Amino acid sequence: MSERPLLLTGGRIIDPSSNRDETGDVLIVDGRIQSVGGKIAGPDGADIIDCRGLVVAPGFADVHVHLREPGREDVETVASGAAAAAAGGFTSVCAMPNTNPVTDNQAAVGFTVRQGVLAKQARVFPYGAISIGQKGEQLAEFGEMIDAGAIAFTDDGRPVQSAHLMRTALEYSRTFDVPVAEHCEDMSLAKGGSMNEGTLSARMGLKGIPAEAEEIYVIRDILLARRAGGRLHLCHMSTKGSVELIRWGKERGIGVTAEVCSHHISLTEREVEGYNTNAKMNPPLRTEADVEALQQALKEGIIDMLCTDHAPHHYDEKEREFPEAPNGIVGLETALGVNIKYLVEPGILTLSELVDRMACAPARLFKLPGGSLAKGGVADVTVFDPVAKWIVDPAQFKSKGRNTPYGGHTLTGRAVATIVAGRTVFRRT
Amino acid sequence: MTQPLGKDLLGLAPLSAEQIRFILDTAEPFKEISERQIKKVPTLRGMTVVNLFFEPSTRTRISFEFAEKRLSADTVNVATSGSSVVKGETLVDTARNLEAMRIDMVVIRHGSSGAAQFLAERIKSNVINAGDGMHEHPTQGLLDILTLRDRLDTLENRRVCLVGDVLHSRVARSNIAGLLKLGAKVAVCGPRSLLPNGIEDMGVTVFNRIEAAIEWAEALNVLRLQLERMQAGYIPSLREYNRVYGVTRARLERAPRELIIMHPGPMNRGVEIDSDVADGPMSVILHQVTNGVAVRMAVLYLLAGGRPELASAAKGDVK
Repeated sequence: MSERPLLLTGGRIIDPSSNRDETGDVLIVDGRIQSVGGKIAGPDGADIIDCRGLVVAPGFADVHVHLREPGREDVETVASGAAAAAAGGFTSVCAMPNTNPVTDNQAAVGFTVRQGVLAKQARVFPYGAISIGQKGEQLAEFGEMIDAGAIAFTDDGRPVQSAHLMRTALEYSRTFDVPVAEHCEDMSLAKGGSMNEGTLSARMGLKGIPAEAEEIYVIRDILLARRAGGRLHLCHMSTKGSVELIRWGKERGIGVTAEVCSHHISLTEREVEGYNTNAKMNPPLRTEADVEALQQALKEGIIDMLCTDHAPHHYDEKEREFPEAPNGIVGLETALGVNIKYLVEPGILTLSELVDRMACAPARLFKLPGGSLAKGGVADVTVFDPVAKWIVDPAQFKSKGRNTPYGGHTLTGRAVATIVAGRTVFRRT
Repeated sequence: MTQPLGKDLLGLAPLSAEQIRFILDTAEPFKEISERQIKKVPTLRGMTVVNLFFEPSTRTRISFEFAEKRLSADTVNVATSGSSVVKGETLVDTARNLEAMRIDMVVIRHGSSGAAQFLAERIKSNVINAGDGMHEHPTQGLLDILTLRDRLDTLENRRVCLVGDVLHSRVARSNIAGLLKLGAKVAVCGPRSLLPNGIEDMGVTVFNRIEAAIEWAEALNVLRLQLERMQAGYIPSLREYNRVYGVTRARLERAPRELIIMHPGPMNRGVEIDSDVADGPMSVILHQVTNGVAVRMAVLYLLAGGRPELASAAKGDVK
């Protein structure tokens, strides 16, 4: 049964994929963009959303979220995570395979797809594991998992330690032309670390994770991609050095793309002061110089897209001694507000560039639906208020996770309506 | 009544020079109590102190216990083995249960940096950090500084070098913070693999060679080299460590001046320090231990609401 037609009136339509930035209407019929721009007379019985003062953009896509199902349904499920995504303006999210059991086979991939369909929120696209059990030993069955709905492969949560296996994964992925995403972390350098290595970690008596733990893998994988081909994607880049290495790779035409988390373009290691476990994540928050380099890399397209690395944890797990607390924060419901506050307000990105990094680039590079408001395309659309100031209250999250360093912060910009295939899955009233 | 230290003693880094001097000055009159025949005053009578030790400790735990008992506090020792902690209870639950029994102070030793602050933010009782991971060990820092002040009168412009495993040392961090605030010049000396990256930014000088450190310093605080550091690959062998960084009589004899030799204990004789140095005339190692009780009495007294200017009176009558 198809939805009623939906008319979005009077919004600022920003669609970098077609170089559009103008005030006008968007009409959605049968889950597709029927017409866009200018004044549109809606058909009888159409739902209307008054978008005056709001931005109408291609739906956001986050290629890096942890939805914890199966295994930790107490901290998040596919349904609760997809609802959080919709509330944050995301029409698509890509779920990491470090579930329990690991999503490393077609049945597990199919399960995540099914849970996503049943949730009827943001679309959920599973990653498959690169190696069986994410053990870094034997290549998992890419082909079967793709048939079941996997869109890319990663062992995220841990690096592919064997350079040979990573090379093989890149080569083998060429059959299917899918991204192979790496969690860059030299475990021998990072082991036992719980924050950025530097003066602050020295003062706080915490073992640091040096920038080189990430950068060694960044350059290793870029070199492997030079030989193997494929579509290397680098997860959650956090250092200035990584930016330089990616630049080096891209300048040589090597097939590499990269993402950066909203927290890495907004916060520094100083958040950790006071042993704040909600500022503990991997890779860790770095320095001012790193934040600036990452922001600039997004502007220049050296880093292709924004992500969240949404990682819910139980309150009890974060409510403990800092070195023992788990890594990660939730991000789906704060990402837009953080990104506008720290990238658009200071004039680093235009709103159009932000929409590209949050919607168009991930859809294009991961071949997800949406990413465009072109006539005839699938109607995955986000309507957001680009200037609304709001205070983060984690208790209001749709995510089961409350672990955020932004609690009490005032952010700028918030999703008002999230539309997936013409159906409004989220509406802020 | 204002509390000159606030609710807790978590480290020396958060304290001002004035607060550190308060504690040291308050410790002076308490030194004498331990020299009496009957080593007890009624200052903390009726107060309950829990010594919560999640790591093995002999010296620090006993020193705190003496300090508490000589001030007439009621004390309970909780060690991890045999407590509910081994049954999987979290730190915060352990603390809340203790507090439900109406205690006044917790002395905590824990293997995780930040554990004392974590606890302090969650319970109403005063919290004294008796060592948290690699972060701080403030009463050790205070007793080291008190010992130096006994010998040097002032710390202003005095040159103190910490020798050895600074990377993993909470004693080093407390000493660096406290000494710098009191105007001392501080250096560290050790293999770079045992010095934290970024140590220079803390305002200390770095010596790669012990000979240079000895030539520069007026006092050496020789840190314990934990034997597991060798297995972890930070240094090739204890033998080589002693050869390159050991504080030996031969090296001290070449010094341009008499040095004060300190060690927070427990010592590895023949590794970071040779026996004839530890037992020799320059050593103040046992003096440190004696001062430890006085410093801890001062901290307990001040956190309980005692006023530094009344510390002499607080000694009270001999019971």
